[in-house]
Amino acid sequence: MASGLAGMSTAREDDVLEAAARWRREGRGVALATVVETWGSAPRPVGSHLVIDEAGSFLGSVSGGCVEGAVVAEAAEVIADGAPRLLEFGVADATAWQVGLSCGGRIAVYVEKLN
Amino acid sequence: MDLAVLEELNAERAARRAAIVVTELGSGRQRLVKAAGIAADPLAEQLAEALRAAKSGLLTLGNERLFLAVEVPAPRLVITGAVHIAQALAPMARLAGLDVAIVDPRTAFATPERFPDVEVHAEWPDVVLPRLGIDAYTAMAALTHDPKIDDPALVEALARGCFYIGALGSRRTHATRLDRLAEKGVPREALARIHAPIGLDIGAASPAEIAVSIIAEIVGELRRRPAADKRASGQASGGQAA
Repeated sequence: MASGLAGMSTAREDDVLEAAARWRREGRGVALATVVETWGSAPRPVGSHLVIDEAGSFLGSVSGGCVEGAVVAEAAEVIADGAPRLLEFGVADATAWQVGLSCGGRIAVYVEKLN
Repeated sequence: MDLAVLEELNAERAARRAAIVVTELGSGRQRLVKAAGIAADPLAEQLAEALRAAKSGLLTLGNERLFLAVEVPAPRLVITGAVHIAQALAPMARLAGLDVAIVDPRTAFATPERFPDVEVHAEWPDVVLPRLGIDAYTAMAALTHDPKIDDPALVEALARGCFYIGALGSRRTHATRLDRLAEKGVPREALARIHAPIGLDIGAASPAEIAVSIIAEIVGELRRRPAADKRASGQASGGQAA
């Protein structure tokens, strides 16, 4: 879990939020995914961002690569219908999701459309 | 999120001001609370605590779950002295995720050739530092050994509440430095915040090894406990360099 200033964004995360705004200004459909909760060992701290466009291009990370594919797929739905989603991923949660975290932790990711 | 909210957030980040995005996870309703506006917010207490800890997280209010996305400025390292140690320290700090700026009025040292891809200011600290907006998310490493360059930088770093302040030099050099700074009116308890001799005591010998000891000490200050806590409590910072 993050401590100290660990929950803060790094310089690269600045780029993620800048890219999100830039992509939207360019007229692309854009979704922003944010880690809102973690349990156990999680690869990325709460507050980490992933930005996804309608073509499936993405920048940033919510899990260091474990579940990005699933988040990108779900983001397409969010961009299409505009409704935010709260996704949970965990290694023991195979019934709900095809993907999981190899580190054994669980994470919740909030995916919202950038309007 | 509305693009207008995101643009406003990015403007705060660019100005190195903290802000919190409050999202109601049920309804998707959202608002941006700038650091200066926290006191007037209905969730003032919770937001102030989240900002103090610089930590994003969930908040449950009755049936509503809120997510507080705490966006604080990116950590940054300002180095006085475009010296050999700085040549090793700058790339290490960048790898660790810090933005780096180097200040040294000696134009023979402060060249882009010696510091490729690093922000280098060939100016006196008292001229350039006010422009750089030194803040609580900034670390200051004074590496010149020259009081004319290092002292003004240390005074500015202490005044701005930098999360880490370190100064190169032996214990004897540092004792002399403390006397000088005290004569300039810097309180003794503030001076105790300066890590000197700079860096963790790992027996570092070469410039690169000293850079390792410095970046390790900075990461320790950044991650071990909230920097804001230390400022609030007025404590000298944790790991004492030997």
